[in-house]
Amino acid sequence: MNCEYKLYEPSWCPGCGNYMIRTALKMALEELKIEPHEVVLVSGIGQAAKMPHYIKVNGFNGLHGRAIPPAIGIKLANKDLKVIVESGDGDSYGEGGNHFIHAIRRNIDIAHFVHDNQIYGLTKGQGSPTTAMGQKTTLQFDGVKVEPIKPLALALTMGAGFVARGFSGDIPHLVYLMKEAIKYKGYALVDILQPCVVWNKVNTFAWYKNRVYHLPDDYDYTNKEEAMKKALEFDERIPIGILYREEKETYEDRFDFIKNGPPLVDRQLNPMDAERLMEEFK
Amino acid sequence: MDFSVLVGGAAGQGMDTFSHLFEKTLKRCGFHVYAYSDYMSRIRGGHNFFYIRFSDEKIYSFSEKVHVIFAMDKETAEIHKSKLREDGFVLSEDLIADILKKLKNPKVINTVGLGYILKYFGLPMDVAVQLIRQEFNENIIDINLKALEEGYNLAKSRYSLSTSKDENILINGNQAVGLGAVAAGCKFYCGYPMTPSTGVLNFMATHSEDFGIAIDQVEDEVAALNMALGASYAGVRAMTGSSGGGFALMVEALSLAGMLEVPVVLINVQRPGPATGFPTRTEQADLRFMIHAGHGEFPRMVIALRDVEDAFYQTARAFNIAEKYQIPVLLVSDQHLADSVTTVKPFDFTKIKIERYISGSEAVTDEEYKRYKFTESGISPRILPGKIPGQVVLVDSDEHDEWGHITESADIRTKMVDKRLRKFDLLKEEIQEPWFIGKDNPENLIVCWGSTYGAVKEAVDELIEEGYSIGALVFGDIWPFPTKGLLELGKNAKRIIDVEQNATAQLDSLIREEALMKSTDKILKYDGRPFSGEEVYKRVKEVL
Repeated sequence: MNCEYKLYEPSWCPGCGNYMIRTALKMALEELKIEPHEVVLVSGIGQAAKMPHYIKVNGFNGLHGRAIPPAIGIKLANKDLKVIVESGDGDSYGEGGNHFIHAIRRNIDIAHFVHDNQIYGLTKGQGSPTTAMGQKTTLQFDGVKVEPIKPLALALTMGAGFVARGFSGDIPHLVYLMKEAIKYKGYALVDILQPCVVWNKVNTFAWYKNRVYHLPDDYDYTNKEEAMKKALEFDERIPIGILYREEKETYEDRFDFIKNGPPLVDRQLNPMDAERLMEEFK
Repeated sequence: MDFSVLVGGAAGQGMDTFSHLFEKTLKRCGFHVYAYSDYMSRIRGGHNFFYIRFSDEKIYSFSEKVHVIFAMDKETAEIHKSKLREDGFVLSEDLIADILKKLKNPKVINTVGLGYILKYFGLPMDVAVQLIRQEFNENIIDINLKALEEGYNLAKSRYSLSTSKDENILINGNQAVGLGAVAAGCKFYCGYPMTPSTGVLNFMATHSEDFGIAIDQVEDEVAALNMALGASYAGVRAMTGSSGGGFALMVEALSLAGMLEVPVVLINVQRPGPATGFPTRTEQADLRFMIHAGHGEFPRMVIALRDVEDAFYQTARAFNIAEKYQIPVLLVSDQHLADSVTTVKPFDFTKIKIERYISGSEAVTDEEYKRYKFTESGISPRILPGKIPGQVVLVDSDEHDEWGHITESADIRTKMVDKRLRKFDLLKEEIQEPWFIGKDNPENLIVCWGSTYGAVKEAVDELIEEGYSIGALVFGDIWPFPTKGLLELGKNAKRIIDVEQNATAQLDSLIREEALMKSTDKILKYDGRPFSGEEVYKRVKEVL
């Protein structure tokens, strides 16, 4: 068994939060003793979405906003694979917003790590779905005129069973969150705050560092009302940790033949099996 | 013998049940059946009708000249009176009103009518009795059997048709596609309900548990093709389907399939556009769209389905081609084929071969597996994620190197484009020539594609009987476009008559482009209604 994850040279900017997220991901996977061939990283497009190129695992680097649908297809086809969606805030909450909402409804067993830097990086500095109202950007030069999305609150109202927030500047804590999310049976959202050193001059490393705090040890992550309060706390103080956790039946387990049989990919195919369907038409 | 019945009424009156029972009774009495349904985009009210044609010989189309009109409401007889033969008969609701009063149940008008019509043709009642017992909910069996009998007893026999041994199945185009997919081992199907493609989704969902097929009703068609690609990447045979508007939303992911080289099968059950168009009607106006959809240049195959048998075998074949070349294969159907119910010999499942082209560790000849290894054929050995310890499978929508890693290299880019397009050259050797029907080396050559086959076949047979030198090429494989048969027959033909259900003669434009030939005449129809054999006959005769 070889659980070491080889790394490749990234093309991210020096100081980018993505480096720390990659480090945390590598540590989480290695500590969980999952081999690289057992994991699929699914991503869309953006700086975060380049992750499958910089760490050696199976990778499905698809289209912008479309990371979740292939992840669902992969998990249904082969339930033995660990499926992780790794993409940015624009990809996950903007272009892919509809898929995000409906992935939660399904509760399929995937971990969704959103690199949330509150800005568009790859397209050079436009407002993202999580950019604060009024913040000046390269496109919204007189300030963003729309409210930011509140992803954790949205996930909670949709009934997500695992809702967490991390910070790229707190690697040990992020490793813990990632491990819990990967182990969780169902859809697990981890919104990861990260600075964009080039395009976001407001939400800098220091900005996050001064605001984030760990949820206290006695925090009850089964309390949804409390979780909702924490999900909306995003101002002078920003809580990080598992905001909410609830065990729920997964989407794939609601298909009896998936739950109780071998992965679909391993099924034997024989055209003659279908011949009995002729009866219906006789 | 060759008879046609038209049944019409408002949506919700039970016409579907009547038609189904009547068609199946006819089939079990040994007749060949062809039934087409004309329905509106509404759940209650309006005016819907069915043509149900039957014969003791194989038939390929419906008929607009009917022997009986079963008018379940007042307006039906008025709307369709021009279609009634001179010696025809109208079964109006007035004629059976007394029975409905007696039974105190206006809902059974359909079974009363069925009894009446069976007797009218001199057919036995017991087959229908058996069907009602088999298919109806227990609490409504008795009332329907009574209704059937009352209708049967009221009627006088005009004909006395003799029954024969039933050797066929009765199936529509959507079901045949679904059956082909199940036989081919499809293990993932997803879609968003859209008329007239929903029947395929329904069929797959019905057999999901039994055959272990994961079904997902997606949030939108954008998700649909992306999801199917994920499932296929992980190693199962995957399919999605929609009609034109839904296919439009899949176009982005179609291009992705081309770039990722992940096999996938999808079906567009066409309806008239643009936009919402005629949701419940038929057209063949997406041919160019299917061939060209998607940004960038990548190989694909487009197969038009010609009848229910073709729909079954071609759907199964599509999965083999998709996996062999690692490309998207696009099936084209339409509302006419999707909803028309026809009798056909039971499908031969021994003809279905499953060829997967998936490699094991022998394909890993380099230290690290290269998903996009350069090969002479352009096809790179495909392994599945999770199956070979130490090896990973990376697919990428960016231009990529042989390992699947993002690249900006001009050299690799050129080689990758060439690699993908080499598969298209190879695919050209795989394509099937169009079906040919009619006289050898005909003076008059019809060209058509997809579901117009049946109507064209009937017209050609009729015209040959009248002494015309005529034949038809019916395209199934349509991209890459097969030109061999066309070039041979086309150069000797005096006329090339293009018959299509669209307004811009899309097949004709393809012929000009690919075979440097053009039609002399165009017979186009784009009113949302399918060609009948009679209409093609009449319109071809006008140009001869």
